[in-house]
Amino acid sequence: MAACTTLEPMTIARADERAAEFERVVAIHRPQIFRFLLASTRDIDLAETLTQECFLKAHRNWASFRGESTAMTWLMRIAINLQKDHWRNRRMQFWRQTRTNAVDLDEASDWLPSGETSQEQRLLARERVSQVWHAVEGLSERQRTVFLLRFVEELELTQIAETTGLSEGTVKAHLSRALARVRGELGGKR
Amino acid sequence: MSWRRWINRAEEPVEMDALDPAMKQALGDFKTSVRAWSEAAYHRSRTAESVVVRRSWRLAAGWSLAVALLAGTVSGGLYEHHRAQVAAQVAAQREAEQERALAAQQAQEAAQQEDDVLASVDMDVSREVPSAMEPLAQLGDEGESQ
Repeated sequence: MAACTTLEPMTIARADERAAEFERVVAIHRPQIFRFLLASTRDIDLAETLTQECFLKAHRNWASFRGESTAMTWLMRIAINLQKDHWRNRRMQFWRQTRTNAVDLDEASDWLPSGETSQEQRLLARERVSQVWHAVEGLSERQRTVFLLRFVEELELTQIAETTGLSEGTVKAHLSRALARVRGELGGKR
Repeated sequence: MSWRRWINRAEEPVEMDALDPAMKQALGDFKTSVRAWSEAAYHRSRTAESVVVRRSWRLAAGWSLAVALLAGTVSGGLYEHHRAQVAAQVAAQREAEQERALAAQQAQEAAQQEDDVLASVDMDVSREVPSAMEPLAQLGDEGESQ
């Protein structure tokens, strides 16, 4: 009984600490998770929904997170799995909802690097971005994930391997093929 | 040839530093573009309320249309049913009238026939006097005069 009364405040304090820690994790990593999901789906509403689901799932399992990997890697793994589940469910329910809110590739290319000054430079930059989007569109799901994690999120190969559950060699192979496709797209449109 | 191409693809360098300037530029532009888009989308104003309102209007319009269609169908059905009932009544009435007229005509014809028969019987009875009884009738007449 006495042990209970001394342990209770400690447990509450630890729970508060964990909650505060989770809030910090959300504040730091939410934009990055959203960005990855947006680039993967090209659908703002869907990316928002999946981001919400990702953090909801993370919150439910936060107590079991032991810090064996970084929070970012852990969250990204959840996001990738949610995205896979979403597409699987969508394929299963294709007769229910065929419409997608994903933006057009050209529309996605409208967001240009701010450093370009002249009109010509902006046009060239837009063309390049559009070509990369077209290449990304033609990639397999796994290749696209690996490509985006490497060249948009700038994760290291080891982090990508940890996130996706693939070996580093497989990650390299997927990246290499993805880059070959991007090169082909860039070369083909010249 | 395809085997060689596959090898070349597999040997594409994956490190950013090892890429040629054109690829670096394209990938850099792509990254910046995605980040700019994501930043704008992340901080965009949420339109949940207007979406809800629009959906509720759509829902209301849909329900109104459904109710109107249902009402139209039901009233159309009722009208059709009523019309069929009236038509059936009129037909039954007409048939009854026809039957009544036919019965009256038949009764009239029967009565006429009966009258004709009676008239012919009367005529036959009044005309045909048996000749064998004629002298007896004369004697009766004479006796009465004396």
